[in-house]
Amino acid sequence: MNMIGSPSKEAGAKPLLGAAWQPRLVAFFCNWCTYTAADLAGVSRLKYASNVRVIRLMCSGRVDPQFILDALARGADGVLIGGCHLGDCHYVEGNYKTLRRFTLLKRMLADLGVEDQRVRMEWISASEGERVKTVINEMVEQVRALGPLNLPGRFADWDREVAALEVDMRESERGAKREEAEVAHA
Amino acid sequence: MPKPKIGIYWCASCGGCEEAVVDLAEDILGVVEAVDIVLWPVAMDFKKKDVQAMPDQSIVATLINGAIRTSEQEEMAHLLRRKSQFIIAYGACAHLGGIPGLANQFPREQLLKFVYEDSPSTANEARTHPCSAHQNNGHRVTLPEFRNVVRALDQVVDVDYYIPGCPPTPKITKAAIGAILESRLPPKGSVLAPDIALCDECPRKATKPTNVSFTEFKRPHLTQLDPELCFLAQGLVCMGPATRGGCEAACTCGNMPCTGCFGPTSRVRDQGAKILSSLCANVASKDEKEIRKIESGIPDPVGTFYRYGLAKSLLRRKVDLPVSTSEPS
Repeated sequence: MNMIGSPSKEAGAKPLLGAAWQPRLVAFFCNWCTYTAADLAGVSRLKYASNVRVIRLMCSGRVDPQFILDALARGADGVLIGGCHLGDCHYVEGNYKTLRRFTLLKRMLADLGVEDQRVRMEWISASEGERVKTVINEMVEQVRALGPLNLPGRFADWDREVAALEVDMRESERGAKREEAEVAHA
Repeated sequence: MPKPKIGIYWCASCGGCEEAVVDLAEDILGVVEAVDIVLWPVAMDFKKKDVQAMPDQSIVATLINGAIRTSEQEEMAHLLRRKSQFIIAYGACAHLGGIPGLANQFPREQLLKFVYEDSPSTANEARTHPCSAHQNNGHRVTLPEFRNVVRALDQVVDVDYYIPGCPPTPKITKAAIGAILESRLPPKGSVLAPDIALCDECPRKATKPTNVSFTEFKRPHLTQLDPELCFLAQGLVCMGPATRGGCEAACTCGNMPCTGCFGPTSRVRDQGAKILSSLCANVASKDEKEIRKIESGIPDPVGTFYRYGLAKSLLRRKVDLPVSTSEPS
């Protein structure tokens, strides 16, 4: 699931702040509706923000909540899920499963400190190219206002408290041995 | 030939894993016959200095239980890593962060304040907090530092194998020790337990409906539990489908739903996300308001789905918590 390049290098220790930082969104679009709508937006030459990386899945019901968490953990600033309108799912029930998962996942993400606007679900039919443009532009602006999520950078920050210990230990142990040796010679 | 050396060490744990070793009962005599236990703080008198004096790699295997919360635990983990050929994460806390990992939802200062000032059973009028160094009568006394983040063992040192469970059962403990002593080991990094979901060995499996459907989520302490019917069919949260088997369904046999202590199988990265996916997909309703109402039967999704695995989950911790670099004073 290496879906957004190698974020550990790109977004790793140094968070890209200020003017240099651009929001990066991962979008999971279903093959039958929202991806087709994104295609339509393309052939209609609609312009929308280039901050989004679209991943096509056969159904929004294929979006395992792990994909969303993994995208965030690997450096995405937001995740967008697009599926068919309720009742229109190509597989009849897939988007209902998405809705049910998404409802609880959002509550859990709030408990884990991820802002509400970073994860969004939209029903966009194959004819709604304009809606793809509107939703993406809107979400990019909202996430831009929130600032970087930068989880790889936060993980690195958290782990700074343990990084130095092993070196310290080796040094202090070497020091202790030297002391002992001196005592033995005296 | 000298007997192989084994170490057992504890970090942030409740002592249940030590109890699990004792639960080997008379079989422990067989273990002691086959090995020399060179370190076991709960039962034997060895000091850190004794471990430091051992040659590197001289211990065949060290079983470490407990999560890593303090600088002392970290230091011992590094030291034992150097002295041991195999490091085995023993029990859910070392494997996944365990129950202590749930503290990753709160900032360190809030936890310390609650424990040392606000908890109903605390009597601490001077509001004394532990600090890592203190000068008294010209002597400097020190305590280990309390870290911001609770970690699983492999987030601090390289781990060779994992023995899961809260606590691990005597059966998988014995099998794992046997495998180490006889060098019948799977690839490094393996969890030494079956790689299949708990449902597979649950005696209630036959009553699991093909289409599970939740019209509400009941809570076990408020429900009269049927002793034979699949818990999912009874409308209860059972972590079985997203949890590794190997415990011989100890909890479901005792009429309690699985809470997930064996962690996920090797095909799943994030146990909590996976069980959320499975349970929610099977909510009966198609109406958003109704769905919300049904799912309100799970009031604490983090505590329910990541009861043992928050520290090793994809997000690891409540992501907006601060990391204070200075010691709490």
